Amino acid sequence: MHRQREVYDGERLQPLEKRLLNDFQHDLPLVSRPFAAMAERLGVSEQDVIDTLAALRERGFISRVGAVFRANTIGASTLAAMALPEDELEKVAELVNGYREVNHNYQREHRFNLWFVVTAEDEAALRRVLDDIETRSGHAVLHLPMLADYHIDLGFELQWT
Amino acid sequence: MNAVPEQLPLELDALDRRIVLATQQGLPLDPRPYAVVAAQVGASEAEVLQRIERLRARGAIRRIGAVPNHYTLGYRANGMTVWDVDDDRVDELGRRIGALDFVSHCYRRPRHRPHWPYNLFAMVHGRDREEAERQIAVIADLLGDACRSHDVLYSTRILKKTGLRFAGPDRD
Repeated sequence: MHRQREVYDGERLQPLEKRLLNDFQHDLPLVSRPFAAMAERLGVSEQDVIDTLAALRERGFISRVGAVFRANTIGASTLAAMALPEDELEKVAELVNGYREVNHNYQREHRFNLWFVVTAEDEAALRRVLDDIETRSGHAVLHLPMLADYHIDLGFELQWT
Repeated sequence: MNAVPEQLPLELDALDRRIVLATQQGLPLDPRPYAVVAAQVGASEAEVLQRIERLRARGAIRRIGAVPNHYTLGYRANGMTVWDVDDDRVDELGRRIGALDFVSHCYRRPRHRPHWPYNLFAMVHGRDREEAERQIAVIADLLGDACRSHDVLYSTRILKKTGLRFAGPDRD
């Protein structure tokens, strides 16, 4: 799934790439030709914008260009955690990754060492996935659904130093 | 804009849902991306633009733009910070933490005592752990004595990361 990742090096990002990364995290114009509108603001061509965004995506600096949806816009999702013995982590991680409903899975430094996000059609389907993981792995799953979202999303200020 | 806890259910109709499913992994890098989406969902370009604007106005879309990949951009210390905060102050303090520029996600979640006493989650991103620790100190200071204990869970490995691949009931 993952492309070879480049190690970040500010020197290797061109000024246009930096501006696209920093200035358009939440400002993609909602018009028929958004890349042309961006190009006009940046003083480059529409094709330059499209090519540069495609290259940034290809190199892994951006994951996508598009909308960031609020959690649970459609369907139901939760954050789940498991506390696994070291020698079972690989096996259970693989089991968890096997579910199409799991879209993020991280190993973390903690007694609860496996953390994943489950998204399903509705609460009942979500519950079935969590129960299934518990049954198949023989370990409890901590169910931590979002109760309130406090983040004010202004984009993420990237620093180039 | 997103300062209120977002718990109101959204009434999305079938076309809204098709648009969400068609765009959640990103817009096509085409001169007219919304026309491409429109062809996929069986609507006009103008209708898709109008629906997306409405989803944004109602808060279902937080923003539209280039979604940066923190890790590739050099932010290698990605810490999930978790805090046990007084229930009667968690909303007020959560909003203040959610407004910090180095916090990318900030949620209230249920406790599961005795294993899991924490009810407030905030993701911080530093180029190294020293930078992340400075950010965590800012949060600790802000929470003050409303916080009984906290912990930081750094990610050591990404085992899976894909866009949402949820196949909704309206997909055909």
